[in-house]
Amino acid sequence: MQATPDEVLIGRIASGDRLAMQVLYARHHVRVFRFVLRLVRDEAAAEDLISEVFLDVWRQAGRFEGRSAVSTWMLAIARFKALSALRRRPDEALDEEAAGAIEDPTDDPEMTLEKKDKSASLRKCLSGLSAEHREIIDLVYYHEKSVEEVAEIVGIPENTVKTRMFYARKKLAELLKAAGIERGWP
Amino acid sequence: MNMINKEPERHEIEALLPWHAAGTLNRRDADRVEQALAGDHELARRYDLVREELAETIHLNETLGAPSARAMEKLFAAIDAEEARAPRRKRSFDLSARISEFLSGFAPRTLAWSAAAAAVAILLQAAVITSVLVKDNGNVDGPTLSSAMSN
Repeated sequence: MQATPDEVLIGRIASGDRLAMQVLYARHHVRVFRFVLRLVRDEAAAEDLISEVFLDVWRQAGRFEGRSAVSTWMLAIARFKALSALRRRPDEALDEEAAGAIEDPTDDPEMTLEKKDKSASLRKCLSGLSAEHREIIDLVYYHEKSVEEVAEIVGIPENTVKTRMFYARKKLAELLKAAGIERGWP
Repeated sequence: MNMINKEPERHEIEALLPWHAAGTLNRRDADRVEQALAGDHELARRYDLVREELAETIHLNETLGAPSARAMEKLFAAIDAEEARAPRRKRSFDLSARISEFLSGFAPRTLAWSAAAAAVAILLQAAVITSVLVKDNGNVDGPTLSSAMSN
């Protein structure tokens, strides 16, 4: 026997099945939480948001048409809620979080140490990307979403998905270069 | 060395590398990327960079932890409150959903064998019905034709 597919769980949730909701939650809540957390950068806010995301799933399950994967649908809801929450935060623009990441490496002893650990530097620079670039990198690499699925979640054309991914990676290379790691690309 | 000479095509292939590393390309595009990687050292080097990024992105996300039980408690409290206000009417009998749920419980291989067996059974049934009909028609037409000849 295989695990009940997400689409079947959604059908049961539409009928008011709480157990199906628990199964769906157990299956997806960590990934949805991490996706939201990377956008809002606040654990308490991310927890509140995932409760709202799954409450929306409970309410809208009857309207799910199965044209995309359930996880893609949920990430699209999560993204909408995270961006709405960020807009409500005063004095905080979406891309301003990146500012702190671009530092002069010669003035940062911590970064100097990290040069010895390329992986740690890469992770630090990944964290320093703008929300837009973090989002696309996470969707492609961590959430394993195809070009078409990313286009659906983010609400942009497929060619823009590829272009945005290219610029996100280019920015990452620039951050690494600023940290003293030359990758020979782009 | 069979390097890709056409720059636009190389650029197009390079744009697909992140999805190739994540294993989310369709078969056709994955084959195109594989062929290009096999003949282009520089592209293969860039693919290694993509794989590094992928590994560290996964590592980074995995260190983010998980939400506390509070998130689930809040969710189900909200669901309970909503159901108490306006209970949703349960579907009495949704045949298609039940069939879909029943079939989803089987492995794809089991389903394929069952479908093949059903198809063979239908074909056999059709063959039997056809042979019976042909035989019956032969019995009915035979005497009529012969009696017409004798007249």
